[in-house]
Amino acid sequence: MIYINENLCKGCFICVDCCPVGVYTPSKQINQKGVHVPVPQTDKCIKCKLCTLMCPDQVISVEDD
Amino acid sequence: MTEHEHRFMKYLRKERLPHIFCPGCGDGIVLNTIFNAIEMSNTDFDNISMVSGIGCSSRIPGYVKCDSLHTTHGRALAFATGLKTANPKQDVIVVTGDGDATSIGGNHLIHAARRNIDLTVICINNDIYGMTGGQISPTSPKGSYATTAPYGSTDKPFNIAEIAKAAGASYVAKYTTAQPVQISMAIKAGLENKGFSFIEVVAQCPTYYGRKNKIRSPVEMINWLKENTVTLEQAKTMTDEELAGKIITGEYINKPRKEFTEALEDITRQISEVNPDTNINSAYRSE
Repeated sequence: MIYINENLCKGCFICVDCCPVGVYTPSKQINQKGVHVPVPQTDKCIKCKLCTLMCPDQVISVEDD
Repeated sequence: MTEHEHRFMKYLRKERLPHIFCPGCGDGIVLNTIFNAIEMSNTDFDNISMVSGIGCSSRIPGYVKCDSLHTTHGRALAFATGLKTANPKQDVIVVTGDGDATSIGGNHLIHAARRNIDLTVICINNDIYGMTGGQISPTSPKGSYATTAPYGSTDKPFNIAEIAKAAGASYVAKYTTAQPVQISMAIKAGLENKGFSFIEVVAQCPTYYGRKNKIRSPVEMINWLKENTVTLEQAKTMTDEELAGKIITGEYINKPRKEFTEALEDITRQISEVNPDTNINSAYRSE
């Protein structure tokens, strides 16, 4: 499962760009902080966990279920 | 640890988050790689102290749940040398920026490297002075724009990794934030190396460098870093003109030699015949 901590996200979209299989898409609506947060498509994920290293704001948590 | 937290959240001072860095700043990526390297190298997190100077990158130790020291501009290495000499068993990590390490603290850097004191220095090079409003730094590429260079910089930039290598550091590596796994491996090697370890990380600064040089978004900046990266092997066959503006990444040197605090202990033992461990630590006792 992929968990997104919306309180920490600043909307830089590095996760959208760095994911090798394109799991993330920016949300259409902004959240309470005015940020387009990434929306994961969990079934596509290959658990390489590159996004957990590349996210500058420690937003994304990928768990092996 | 509460459920579904980021895997490095246990090392961070949660009450201070979200951190001060701009959206898409490379400093956050380096923060992740430091924790990744600590986990990979089995270094005891409680035995780590972090020292930093002034700058965006130097805010990093403020978010890490370990002993940290935020010092004056450019003097991070001077304070770290004192810390390491007083307590040689401590693992000292210095986080510094390009302006902090090469401009204001340039002499501290070369002499710390010359002494080969056991520090792990992570220099986050964003090619600009970000915190003060985007002035030209010693590493700004030729032709790049900044608030102090409205017509483009005319100076040749430093390659900090080459300077550290020439000054005598025993481990030097250079990577960009687009290579987080390589940075983690380099920091791990630096933590394990007994001697001066210098890891330069070229990072993106979308707010100042990006805005002034028309590479405005973090993603564009990361792609710009990727396009301009060449490895050390590739650089050997390239001419100076081809190498202009390129970031040469790789392991510059890995050649361990006698370390400063060890040499100091040896000499203390020879001259005074006192065990340096008890000698130094007796100063802390109040009896």
